[in-house]
This record gives sequence, C-alpha cells and structure tokens, in this order.
Amino acid sequence: MSRDIRHFLIGGVALIAAAFVPVFVTSGYWLDFLVLTMFIAVLGQGWNILGGYGGQFSFGHAVFFGTGAYIQVILQAKYGWSPWLAIPPAILGGVVVGTLIGFLSFRYGLRGSYFALVTLAFAEAFRVIATSVDITDGGQGLYLALNRDPDQAIAMLQFVDVAGYYYFALVLTGISLAVAWGIERSRFGAQLVAVREDEDAAEALGINAFAVKMRAICISGALTATTGVLYVQKFLLIDPLIAYGPTKSVEALVAAIIGGMGTVLGPLVGSAVLHTIGELTKELTVAIGYNQPGLDLIIYGVLLVLMLAFMPYGLVGLFRAVARRLFASRKPADA
Amino acid sequence: MLEARGIVKRFGGLVAVNDAALEVPEGRIVALIGPNGAGKTTLFAVIAGFLKPDAGQVLFEGEDITGLTPHAICQRGIVRTFQVVKPFANLTVRENIAVGAHNRIAARSAALDHATAVGERLGMGKMLDQPAAALTVAGRKRLELARALATGPRLLLLDEVMAGLTPVEIDEVLELIRDIRESGVTVLLIEHVMRAVMRLSEHVYVLNNGGIIADGAPHAVAANPDVVEAYLGHGAAETTHA
Repeated sequence: MSRDIRHFLIGGVALIAAAFVPVFVTSGYWLDFLVLTMFIAVLGQGWNILGGYGGQFSFGHAVFFGTGAYIQVILQAKYGWSPWLAIPPAILGGVVVGTLIGFLSFRYGLRGSYFALVTLAFAEAFRVIATSVDITDGGQGLYLALNRDPDQAIAMLQFVDVAGYYYFALVLTGISLAVAWGIERSRFGAQLVAVREDEDAAEALGINAFAVKMRAICISGALTATTGVLYVQKFLLIDPLIAYGPTKSVEALVAAIIGGMGTVLGPLVGSAVLHTIGELTKELTVAIGYNQPGLDLIIYGVLLVLMLAFMPYGLVGLFRAVARRLFASRKPADA
Repeated sequence: MLEARGIVKRFGGLVAVNDAALEVPEGRIVALIGPNGAGKTTLFAVIAGFLKPDAGQVLFEGEDITGLTPHAICQRGIVRTFQVVKPFANLTVRENIAVGAHNRIAARSAALDHATAVGERLGMGKMLDQPAAALTVAGRKRLELARALATGPRLLLLDEVMAGLTPVEIDEVLELIRDIRESGVTVLLIEHVMRAVMRLSEHVYVLNNGGIIADGAPHAVAANPDVVEAYLGHGAAETTHA
C-alpha cells in the first residue's frame, strides 16, 4: 500500500513538472519533439497492454490508430460534429475493431506468430477498404478544416501554439500510464500476465483466458484509438497509408519492446530513446555528409534485434536489474 | 464427491482411456496408479476439462461437469496440477500463488496476502520473492501445489507431484498432502512413487491400457495378480507368488 502511495506521489510530481515544461521550452521544434515522443509513448502503451502484459504480439496495431483517426475526422468533416463529441465514438471504434479481431483470433485459439499475422492482415485489409470506400474519400485522404482562431482553440481542439498539443499529448500520456499502472495492480492484470506466461496453467487456476484476452484487446484498442485522435487534431489529415500502413504498427511495438514490455514506463522510455536516437542520427548524417534517409530505421532495427536477444525486459528491465544489484550488494553491509 | 462414468477418450485410432470409471468420496485421499502410458494423465485431463471425452460423464457433487471449460471447473472447486510443471517463470513465487488466489479473491492486496499465507503453510516462506524460474525441481513441484491450493479447491487433482524428488522431499510432501486433506480438501492423485501411494491413500484405482483393472485398499491392490501382471508382464504373477 505504501508503495502505491509512493508511486502516486512520484506520478503526481512528474505530471506537475511536465506541465511546466512549455514555460521553459519555447522552441517549437523541441516541443514538437516532445509531442511526438508522447504520441508514440501512448501508441506503445496501447500495444504494451496486449503485447507486453498479455503476450499477444500484434503486428497491426495501426488498425486501432487508423480507425480512431478516421472516425475523428469523418464525424467532424462530414457530419459537422464537435471534435470533443467525436472522441467517444473514435475510442469506441477502437473497442469495436478490437472485439472483432479478438473474437476471430482468440475464439479459434490463434497464438504467437499466427496472431501476429492475423493482425497484420487486418491492418492491410482496413487499408485497402479505406482506399476504396466513399466515406474515407478513398486514397486521397480526408482533411480537417484548419481553424486557427485562438478563441476557439479549445472548442476545436486545434492550437496555433505547439504548447496546446503538448498538453493534449500530456493528458493522454498520463491516462495511458494510469491505465497500465491500474492494470498492474489488479486481478485482471495478474490474470493477463498469467495467460501470457502459460495459458493452460492459467485456465487450470480458474482464469477464463479468452475473456481476459478479449478485455485486453479492447482496452488496448481504446487506448490506441486516442492516438489517432491526437494525430488528426495535430496534422489535420489522414489517408489510408498513414492510418493503416505498417509505420505506426512498427513504431508501437518497437517503443514498447525497447523500453520494456509489460512495464508501466517501458513505452514512454522506449519512445524517448527512439526519438532521441532518431534526432541524433539525423544530425549525424548531416554532419558526415551522408544524405540518405533511412539510417535511423536501420539503427532501430539493430536495436530491436539486440533487445529481443539480450534484454527481453528492455531498458526498464535493465534499470531494475542494475538497481537490484546495487541494492543487493549494499544489503550485507546493513545487516 | 467426484464420479467418472464410462469415460472414453480416443486420439485418432488410439484409445487412450477406454470405459474408465472411478469414484472419489469426500474427505478421502484416492490414488490412481498404472504403468506408463496407461492413460492416467488423459483421464485427469478429461476430469479437469482440458480434454472432451468421446463418451462418458464426469459428475462433481452430483452435477454433470462433462465438457465444461477448465476455468469453469476450477471455479466449481476442482483444481489440477501438471505433471510437467508450468510455473509462471517470470513472476515471483508469491505472484505465482496469487494468480491462484485470485480465483476467489478480487482485491490484489488480499490475494497477495493469501498467497503469502499459503506459501508459508507449504514451507516456501523464504522463496516468496524469488522468481519462479530460479526454483529447484522440488520447489517447482511445491509451487504447483501451492498455486492449486490457493484457488480454494474442494477437490485437488495431483499429477505426480512427487516424481523426481528425493526421499526426504517426498516425506515432506506426504506430510503436506495429509495436512491439506485434514483442512477439508479431497485429494485424487496420480503417483508412481509406490511408497507414497501405500502410505497416503485409502483407496487405489489401477489403470491399464485405458481401463480400470482393479481397485481397493492399497495393499490388496498391490497383491492383485492382474495388477502385478500389468506392471511386470504376463506370467509375472505366478513367479512372484511362487
């Protein structure tokens, strides 16, 4: 219990500190960097709940991001809804798609790489559908009308100042961390981890593995859909490739895996490290005069392989192991 | 309390369990023995809902539980352990046991407290914070037992919890199982360690080639010529009695 209170306090202090960042960081470039870092952190957390805690590796998490994004745009652009009213349906969209994919995969016992392939196929199928139906305006994509009236910034969820998006992303990050934190401390979380570790043993101990996985994919879908909302409110456009292409799926899982699967802070740490590496590589390529794009992707790939091979719990796991060793070596002296 | 009637389970052309029947009265320790490949684990899997029988019925406290899912059966009060232990390797011992405790307890802290109590009762007090992956074979077997017990069962199905243990460890587990029965849990166990079966059980069923060939008190069953033949081969009964 005292540990929970301590976490609560640390979280609160961190949130307050983060709220003051735009006061000191006024560069739009660096605020944008932070917004994108938090965006991928939430995306990664969505993936982490199903993949990290539940062990169900999705290769198509863009399906939730894209659905949230499309619903958010369509309700505003085609039906004139307020962006705020569009958020619940966008989140619900993630839940519905999660239910669909979860039911079809888990009902028939798809595990491991089969589940990964099915999610990949779903994302592709959604991309093809989004390219061909009228409601999404096909391949040309959908745009949100630009509204830079500062008086309507909150009402329209569009901000001239990047700081506005910073706070938007910060709220989502806070919610995503709170969700993961809550799951870790709940019966549902314990059951989800048990299913990840050994599904038969979990069933033998009274856990309805199917129901647990369904719940996980719905929460994951809902959380991931919120990143779609953030994306379209910030970039004001969505097309089938951005929505359902492999980029978002890969970013989600890379952030979670590098940061630490099945940990609360993993996706945030992973996203921060990845974006920092991305920026450094950009500087580096400019400095050495090698002007080909894609070097950052190669580095991501190498990191991912190394992480999976040597650090299954990612950076957070590494910090924990180091902390434990320090603590353990000090203990005999205390005694 | 538990009654299995006419259970048949086929895998393709192989009949693993053929018209097996057994009964476990409340408050007893009943053993299921038989040579390797006799179908003991398959019969267990049928009772616990991991396999659907091709024929037959499983009754628990008079209710038909045939074909229910394993988690539904566990929630009704039957829990099994696995012969090939299945620890949640990345969790600590306490967290492992707490997963079982959550079967009846919703709150996380209460489940962890219950896990601590069960772990201590089974002599795992010092290992509670270790990762399950770090346990020895004996530790893993004990964890399997602790996790099952934490679900709050009325009937415990133990699949070779003593295999691979040293004689001293076996004696400890014997004590534990007796304690568990004293606390009001009925036990059905599969065991190859005959010393344990003789000392622990009140009634023994012998399974051979998928069918029950004998049942009764442990010593009577051990002297039964059919049983001796099943274990040692045709003609062995005459030789041993000669």
